[in-house]
Amino acid sequence: MPELTEVYAPVEVDRETQLEMLRRMQRVRSFELTVASLVKKGELPGAVHTSLGQEAEVVGACMALAPTDYMTGNHRSHGHPIGKGASLPPLMAELLGKSTGVCRGKGGSMHLADFSVGSLGESGVVGSAIPVATGAALSAHVLGNGRVALCFFGDGAANQGCLHESLNLAAIWKLPVIFLCENNQYASTTPARTVLSVDRVAQRASGYSIPGVTVEDGQDVLAVYAAVKVAVDRARRGEGPSIVEIMTYRYSEHSEGLLHAGAYRDAAERESWIARDPLVLHRARLLTAGVATEAELDQLVSDVEDEVASALEFAVASPLPEPAEAYADLFTTPIPQFGGMV
Amino acid sequence: MTRISYLAAIGEAQREAMAADPRVILIGEDVQSNLYGTAPNFVEMFGVERVRNAPISEEGFVGAAAGAAMTGLRPIVDLTYASFMYMAMDQFVNQVAKNRYMFGGQASLPVVYRASMFYRSSTAAHHSDRPYPMFMNVPGLKIMVPSGAYEAKGLLRTAIDLDDPVLSFEDATLWTKKQDLPDEEFRIPFGVANLVTEGTDVTVVAIAGAVEEARKAVAALAGEGVSAELIDPRTLVPLDVETILKSVAKTGRLVVADPAHRTCGAAAEISALVNEYGFDSLKAPILRVNTPDIQIPFSPSLERPLYPSARRIQEAVKRAIGAVASASP
Ligand SMILES: Cc1ncc(C[n+]2csc(CCOP(=O)(O)OP(=O)(O)O)c2C)c(N)n1
Ligand SMILES: [Mg+2]
Repeated sequence: MPELTEVYAPVEVDRETQLEMLRRMQRVRSFELTVASLVKKGELPGAVHTSLGQEAEVVGACMALAPTDYMTGNHRSHGHPIGKGASLPPLMAELLGKSTGVCRGKGGSMHLADFSVGSLGESGVVGSAIPVATGAALSAHVLGNGRVALCFFGDGAANQGCLHESLNLAAIWKLPVIFLCENNQYASTTPARTVLSVDRVAQRASGYSIPGVTVEDGQDVLAVYAAVKVAVDRARRGEGPSIVEIMTYRYSEHSEGLLHAGAYRDAAERESWIARDPLVLHRARLLTAGVATEAELDQLVSDVEDEVASALEFAVASPLPEPAEAYADLFTTPIPQFGGMV
Repeated sequence: MTRISYLAAIGEAQREAMAADPRVILIGEDVQSNLYGTAPNFVEMFGVERVRNAPISEEGFVGAAAGAAMTGLRPIVDLTYASFMYMAMDQFVNQVAKNRYMFGGQASLPVVYRASMFYRSSTAAHHSDRPYPMFMNVPGLKIMVPSGAYEAKGLLRTAIDLDDPVLSFEDATLWTKKQDLPDEEFRIPFGVANLVTEGTDVTVVAIAGAVEEARKAVAALAGEGVSAELIDPRTLVPLDVETILKSVAKTGRLVVADPAHRTCGAAAEISALVNEYGFDSLKAPILRVNTPDIQIPFSPSLERPLYPSARRIQEAVKRAIGAVASASP
């Protein structure tokens, strides 16, 4: 079985990329905090799942991709397009169900997509976008355009049949796809260790004769980036798919405002993860390495906060869709409803 | 004109489309060996990159074809038996049908999923389904039901050209049936019904293999002085409701022959539409000739009587025109 042994070899990451990692993690953080407060105020319709605590995993993976590479994800859907470089106002407008939303108000929180940055859509049905990413890799392979596809899926989705079919398909066809498991150790309230036959999802790679690696410190954005980069480079060289599993933790409940009947997570466990916050860790590293000064990083944070605030302003000021828009965009060549709209 | 079978017509449509556009690829179990007969010499013509043998992973390759379609390919997927579509139900319903809509029109899915309905051949309940009505209930999928070699070829060419996902429900009872087809390439538009036979007393709408049975019924009825108009909708989504309504406006009577199960079937939908929009022209209740709501038994003696046959269609027409008194199911 091939191994991803280069994973822990240090990677060269230039100053701008290191700063961009912090910027994007901060974007996810500020966006999610804003969203969480909107949910609290009852101003966001629908279910909302945040990536608070998982920023390093999301951003490290996305930044190992080129802007033209493809990506799919899941219900925890905001971080992925943000990490991939999507512009924030249409994302925020989508969450508010506005016609200026990136999906014109048809997708909402669990189903963001921004094709302009290769984000082919997030799936509310757990695991369901994994075959789609595999297919994006198939087109890249057949068209020979040098692109790769990455699919984010959770530890819960690791037990979906479609993942296993996709792994096998990608392996036999040597497709340029990275199966990226965001192992935050719980699927809703179910601990991964109680429902996984393996300690680490990446172990399953051996069943498909593909490389599998687990980044144990998924709060370290550089470690994530390095591991995913190896898999991306390998895919781009035509050597096929990999599983990259990132151990991480979500700070919030499964979805915002969800009330649980019983405690399924230990408060101390949560505290221990919060103590190693990915943004704090990366900031400290940048300062220690002299990549940037306190003042520069403070400026970066406040710029991002302004960006998120103006995204929210844009979203709030945007109009709601006209009722007739419900009928748009089902088909590329539309079929009129017989007898008119109901 | 060349005389070819339904199966060969499908192969021809695929061959022409693949020759015309390198983005068209074929994915399916056993396609390289041409096990089912719709990909003769395809590996030699197009190579293994474009003629891809799939593992038995319907959910995986149905979804992968969708992802490939969203990113620049135009895949044709051969699922062989229609019953195997159920393995991929999540991908059909949650990804293929919804990805354009949910992402606000950012995605196009030019992909064709082909599946054969192998009824009337003692394959029993696991291999005999005619599940198009289930998919008619899913907005976002276009559905073709070719009733002959001409339709199979012409509709499939259109399906491959369309930027929307198409499900092709091919009728295996027609596989070997031959027809004279034009030598030049041709396409049949979606949403345009074929007026097979003109008539004045009753409209018969028939679907897929039932068109063949209805033809026989209409011929027999003509011998008895009944003039039936036969319509083949050819595609169920979009459905050419206008042509059906126009015919019913003339005849005042409608019989729908549909090899799927009765409940919530295509016939039920057509009946409802005519009831809603053509009630004033109706002189008699609309009658459905379906497969009853029972699973398909193995024994030929049990299976054969279940589907719409020329005899059952003929009887329904007679009930509709009042030649036979009451409607017994
Ligand atoms: C097919 C399916 N089953 C169940 C659910 C309900 N559900 C939504 S998220 C979730 C947990 C997913 O866990 P995981 O894949 O680990 O992702 P995480 O939420 O931890 O990021 C469940 C059970 C669903 N949306 N889809
Ligand atoms: Mg999880």
